[in-house]
Amino acid sequence: MTSGPPRRVVVVGASAAGLAATETLRRDGYDGALTLVGSEKHLPYDRPPLSKQVLTGQWPVERTALRGPADLDALDVVLRLGVPAAALSAAGRTLTLADGAELAYDGLVVCTGVRPRRLAPSGTAGLHVLRDLEDAVVLRDRLAAGRRLVVVGGGFLGTEVSAAARALGAAVTLVEPSAVLLADALGHQVGAHLAQVHREQGVDLRTATAVAGITAEEGRVTGVRLADGTVLPADDVVTAIGSLPNTEWLRGSGLGVADGVECDEYSAAAPGVYAAGDVARWLNPLFGTRMRIEHRTNAAEQGMAAARNLLHPQESRPFAPIPYFWSDQYDVKIQAYGMLRGSSQAQVVEGDPTDGRFLVAYRSGETLTGVLAIGIPPRTLRRWRTAVADRTAWQDALTMA
Amino acid sequence: MRVEVEQPKCVASGQCVLAAPDVFDQDDEGIVEMLTDRPGADRYEDVKEAAALCPAAAIRLVSE
Ligand SMILES: Cc1cc2nc3c(=O)[nH]c(=O)nc-3n(C[C@H](O)[C@H](O)[C@H](O)COP(=O)(O)OP(=O)(O)OC[C@H]3O[C@@H](n4cnc5c(N)ncnc54)[C@H](O)[C@@H]3O)c2cc1C
Ligand code: SF4
Repeated sequence: MTSGPPRRVVVVGASAAGLAATETLRRDGYDGALTLVGSEKHLPYDRPPLSKQVLTGQWPVERTALRGPADLDALDVVLRLGVPAAALSAAGRTLTLADGAELAYDGLVVCTGVRPRRLAPSGTAGLHVLRDLEDAVVLRDRLAAGRRLVVVGGGFLGTEVSAAARALGAAVTLVEPSAVLLADALGHQVGAHLAQVHREQGVDLRTATAVAGITAEEGRVTGVRLADGTVLPADDVVTAIGSLPNTEWLRGSGLGVADGVECDEYSAAAPGVYAAGDVARWLNPLFGTRMRIEHRTNAAEQGMAAARNLLHPQESRPFAPIPYFWSDQYDVKIQAYGMLRGSSQAQVVEGDPTDGRFLVAYRSGETLTGVLAIGIPPRTLRRWRTAVADRTAWQDALTMA
Repeated sequence: MRVEVEQPKCVASGQCVLAAPDVFDQDDEGIVEMLTDRPGADRYEDVKEAAALCPAAAIRLVSE
């Protein structure tokens, strides 16, 4: 067993969470050996612009870089890019990379994120998912006026892709199995509002529609077959039907893995091992629930928190964030704080959905647990964030507007 | 130390305002605005925190 401060730290996953952990270690004075392992060959880049500025061609891909080479140099970190971590022994404190290299560590941060669920195996031309830079570039180059795109899955990713494709003039059909777009995540009223926005922008929206499979000819997609036998013809199909945590490499490692790396309220998964970002499932003491959050800001916050707890275990602080996310679709900006999914009621408390500017409050039991805003100035929203953080009673929240 | 923001990258998350409210503000659209680009040394830690938390990597610290 090692005691005392760590001298060899390895961060696995070179994206938002991994970069935040790496930078925080140095910023908090860690001066030992530091290695950042990433399966992608790129320097850390940002994913949210992929379905927005990159897909629409507004940004060259270089613009998604999270840091310049000089910033990374200054971190004095050994980058092992293009080589995935393959195995871990938490008891032996060793990490094995796919190229056979073994890295001994006394501190480890797991930030391996998620990958898209797929409807069909990859390999068919024109069948896309969107997670990586390569995915975005391939899809961008296929979308244009007159092209037919079918998007399967009406979550945030599917709706953003639909919006970007419409901006490029493509004919878009969006297929969503549930009755209302985004209703699971945001509630019925917000979902219905966003469905209306997409219809007005010319998206052929098919809700309550089950997909049976993809049709293809000679290795190229030709359409999407619906459960009722209809085929929607398509030049390209994007499936955006959720994601799976990248935890296979942790099989047999000794870490608990069940829909993400199981962590305690400090983001710790085992002695000396922490997890952060999309891959981490931890206990958020603010809400008293275990959660795994796929939001960009959470990746940075948790990467930071994990690094600090790893470095200063005696002063460990619970990671108790108020989740935050945003989404951009057409000129609609959606922003939300707190826990929306699974709430027992959602109510418009400011503005009016019919003029496109409104704020919705969500409750669980008798407590305000989340807020969502469309077209509302951020100053107004900040007040509500505080109210969520303060675990404000629902009745009191209703008088806040 | 000087602080630079790249407004076209800003996604209006407000993380910077939460971390350093005396250095950053947001306009009505939520886009970041600087209250000062030369914060005092006692503000460096919070500004670094803001830069690290910014989900758009829109904040840079330039030492001079
Ligand atoms: C197209 C798109 C748009 C998005 N838009 C928004 C948005 O508008 N707002 C928002 O809040 N969030 C958005 N998100 C979510 C946000 O991007 C994620 O929450 C964030 O990227 C999570 O960061 P992460 O570092 O935890 O995981 P990831 O970004 O997934 O990074 C994990 C990294 O680990 C690597 N890896 C995986 N396995 C291994 C291994 N075995 N060894 C080494 N490396 C490995 C992966 O290749 C990847 O680079 C979007 C996501 C996507 C894909
Ligand atoms: S944290 Fe970044 S993205 Fe958010 S408001 Fe500030 S500058 Fe803009």
